[in-house]
Amino acid sequence: MSPFLAALRKDLLLQWRTRSQLVAVFVFGASALLLFSFAIGPNAAALRQHAAGFLWLALLLASTLALADSFESEMAERALEGLLLLPADPRALYYGKAVANLLQLALLGAGLVPVMVVLYDAGTARVPSLLGIILLGAAGLSAPGTLYAAMTAQLRARNTLLPLLLFPLVVPALLAAVKATSLLILGDPMGQLAAWTMLLVAFDAIYWSLCGLVFERVVED
Amino acid sequence: MTALAVETIGLSRRYGRRWALSDVSLGVPEGSVVMLAGRNGSGKSTLLRVLATALRLDHGSARVAGHDVRTERDFVRRKVALLDHHSFHYEALSACENLEIAASFLGCPSDPSLLARVGLEARADDPVSGFSAGMRKRLAIARVLLQDAAIVLLDEPYGELDPPGFELLDRVISELRARAATVIMATHLVERGRALCDRALLLEEGRLAWSGPASEMPTETPSVSAAP
Repeated sequence: MSPFLAALRKDLLLQWRTRSQLVAVFVFGASALLLFSFAIGPNAAALRQHAAGFLWLALLLASTLALADSFESEMAERALEGLLLLPADPRALYYGKAVANLLQLALLGAGLVPVMVVLYDAGTARVPSLLGIILLGAAGLSAPGTLYAAMTAQLRARNTLLPLLLFPLVVPALLAAVKATSLLILGDPMGQLAAWTMLLVAFDAIYWSLCGLVFERVVED
Repeated sequence: MTALAVETIGLSRRYGRRWALSDVSLGVPEGSVVMLAGRNGSGKSTLLRVLATALRLDHGSARVAGHDVRTERDFVRRKVALLDHHSFHYEALSACENLEIAASFLGCPSDPSLLARVGLEARADDPVSGFSAGMRKRLAIARVLLQDAAIVLLDEPYGELDPPGFELLDRVISELRARAATVIMATHLVERGRALCDRALLLEEGRLAWSGPASEMPTETPSVSAAP
């Protein structure tokens, strides 16, 4: 088994064993969507107009909880250090965890879509495209999120620092994801979806390549 | 002349402004079993963690199995197994799964019989979160055995173990000696160390205060000048 597959298997197994936390994170995201809808009020057009933005905000807030959780088990008994000393390739460990986090966030995003449809009356017939955008947006959150979660995992103020570090970095990917989702919900008369999707793919490529290179410096003494 | 498994020259390591290790120069012959003694805070764990490449050194040099710990970290890690204060395990996973994960990164098949060797066969499928401290230490010993390393660094290996655990560890050290592995064991159990080890190293305030045959190790530590 390649080191990457070994790391991915390990992280998926850990996520499965702690799946009750994912349920809690989903409930948090759904609650955020509900609270955002209160801010708009009973205006169906305005709710539909802002649905994409609120979906991604809810996912962004929920992602900080999920990402921070993903390093709890690594730090409790210094399991990550134990793997590095075997030695395990730090890049394999990073990409294994980042892919596992990507799958978790994509699942979370897909789970929040029906909540958004019910609360904001913001459905779309292009469901596969919407799921594709959620996958790409989740990739834009998970790559830098995994890196910063590793960086802050041993700090006392990690719950504050992770969003402070992560949010500014993911703004470009978040904007592209919001715009692409909005075009899918509200219609795309000018044919802009492909351009926003390409922008999202480009930021994903940058995050996934750079964060993988930096991870070793973050986790080694 | 016997080759050295571990050699340090002027090794120093600090935490912030405090020097945990200062100018430590030592040599450990291949195949020897060495006791590392010293009071709490004398630098035993730091020395073992530097040799295992878990910590970087600040000054001096260290070679483990002929490789520089600073520049050839991966080569050193392939030769060394560390039994640390932390068990290196995932609490949400079972003992068996933890060994499987370690084996998958080592590129070797997992060996469930190791759990029987350390007395955990009945709890192999239980999550580690339900284990006592002694059971976690036994699982950590199983992981060290799985690594089959040429150099084994044991940091307070008897801590948390019950009397049968002491006997288990004595057997493990004897087996490591029989297969010519080099063992460095940090312990406060001086009498046990004298019985098991060939040589002893005594650390005091981060400096090497004494080294020689384990049977001749002084009970009272000679004083050394304070670390910088």
